[in-house]
Amino acid sequence: MISRSEFIIHWVKPTLFILALLPLANLLWDGYTDALGAEPIEAISQRSGDWILRFLLLTLTITPLRRISGWNELARLRRMLGLFAFFYACLHFLNYLVLDQGLDLAFIMEDVIEHKYVLIGFSSFLLLIPLALTSTKAMIRRLGGRRWQKLHRLIYLISIGGVVHYYWLVKSDIREPLLYAFLLTVLLGYRWYHHRSRTMSGAAQNGQINPALQNIVGANSFAHKGNSAKDN
Amino acid sequence: MIKKHHSDIKPSEITDKETYLNRRQFLQGGAALALGLGLPGCDASEPKLAAPPPASSRKKLASTKNGAFSINEAQTSYKDITRYNNFYEFSTDKAGPAKLSKAFVTRPWTLTVDGEVSKPQTFDIEDILKSFPLEERIYRLRCVEAWSMVIPWIGFPLADLIKKTDPTSRAKYVAFETLYDPKQMPGQQTGLFGSGLKWPYVEGLRIDEAMHPLTLLSVGLYGEVLANQNGAPIRLVVPWKYGFKSIKSIVKITLLEKQPPTTWNISAPREYGFYSNVNPKVPHPRWSQARERRIGEFSKRKTLMFNGYADQVTSLYTGMDLKKFY
Repeated sequence: MISRSEFIIHWVKPTLFILALLPLANLLWDGYTDALGAEPIEAISQRSGDWILRFLLLTLTITPLRRISGWNELARLRRMLGLFAFFYACLHFLNYLVLDQGLDLAFIMEDVIEHKYVLIGFSSFLLLIPLALTSTKAMIRRLGGRRWQKLHRLIYLISIGGVVHYYWLVKSDIREPLLYAFLLTVLLGYRWYHHRSRTMSGAAQNGQINPALQNIVGANSFAHKGNSAKDN
Repeated sequence: MIKKHHSDIKPSEITDKETYLNRRQFLQGGAALALGLGLPGCDASEPKLAAPPPASSRKKLASTKNGAFSINEAQTSYKDITRYNNFYEFSTDKAGPAKLSKAFVTRPWTLTVDGEVSKPQTFDIEDILKSFPLEERIYRLRCVEAWSMVIPWIGFPLADLIKKTDPTSRAKYVAFETLYDPKQMPGQQTGLFGSGLKWPYVEGLRIDEAMHPLTLLSVGLYGEVLANQNGAPIRLVVPWKYGFKSIKSIVKITLLEKQPPTTWNISAPREYGFYSNVNPKVPHPRWSQARERRIGEFSKRKTLMFNGYADQVTSLYTGMDLKKFY
């Protein structure tokens, strides 16, 4: 019998990794077979955009899932999912800069300044960069768990930005943006509720080590450096 | 006067054959490179210019070429014209209408013209095809979403049809209505959540716009009857206005004294006006209208005033503030 931790690390994680690459494979295949439609640039934009939001939501699902199931090892999947959100965001962003705008900086500047859906999408992408850069174990140690967590709470803002970006760009059919908004509200609502009930019971004052980070970095590294991080 | 070669289009704005870079082939190449594969049939499978429709079961339509009303620009391929459609009655996805309109019934079909006319009439589509001489006209189509196509329409001037009904002096506007049939048009089945549009789709023109020689009722393109996703069996084409003004699958035309409501204007009045003339200087509140991507081309091109039909239509709007009447 393998342990749950081994199962998640050796089976679930590699499987998820492969699955997370399928949208890219699908995009390349459709590009190769001319199945992206009459406007391939728009198709790349829409598909990559959808996958950014999906991976952001999946990333945000890990903590509630971990708390509800009590399987702290699930935290081992969070960084990978977050990095896939970043990966598809890079694709989306480069597609916009290079293929859609032809790297015309004057037009891009004007587009970002004058159109609020572009501005919020652009800003959300920029905010993702520090999160991707500080996603390594070494960076978590260097920043210290508490500061690292504070920084990474930016994902809430980024996800809201992403959904608003989508909502603002559709012409009249708001069904999909509303679905994403609903799911995001559930995920953020869960955190708010959890935080509130912990604060009221005083548990948050105890300065526990976040079991999620403990799982990623290893429990000892926090103990050694005397860092502590609150569970958010 | 309609000029054969429009002076407002510089030769440099028309993509010539040599420099015409097929975006799809570029992207295919990129994808092939990433996949480590060769390119499938990149040679002659898709001609870059004026791709004729593939052999299809659609009825052929005889027509006379009207060169005076046609532009001399590379035509969008039949494939792209029939697979990239905004037709919210079927789907809000561009590829959706082609898939979901396959079983759409266009025979029998009648078109009623009523309102401020002395001789209100209901025309059968077959009679329309017989009684109006059909012309082929190559027009630009500019969508409000900043993409464009060049389409060889087959049709006849709307004015010819309206004249048959003898409009009264009170006829100042023309209202159009698309078929309402949720059983056939899944996009019209709006439960709690719909596409955001009210059905049936309605559009309108001022009478002088409707009677303008450029304004066409189209029944076909590329030598064949219209594909269902393109608005079969009969649709409007107003080339100097954004595409959504060119209402599809029309069942009713009503001449009116007052300006009629129009679907997109009802949905978002700040974004879509009654006139909706193509105007690079008046941006959509959420995006620019200064440039457009011609389907099949790589880089964007400048959008022309009145979609390049300024010579013919500017006089319709003399003294009007086009920023106010967008």
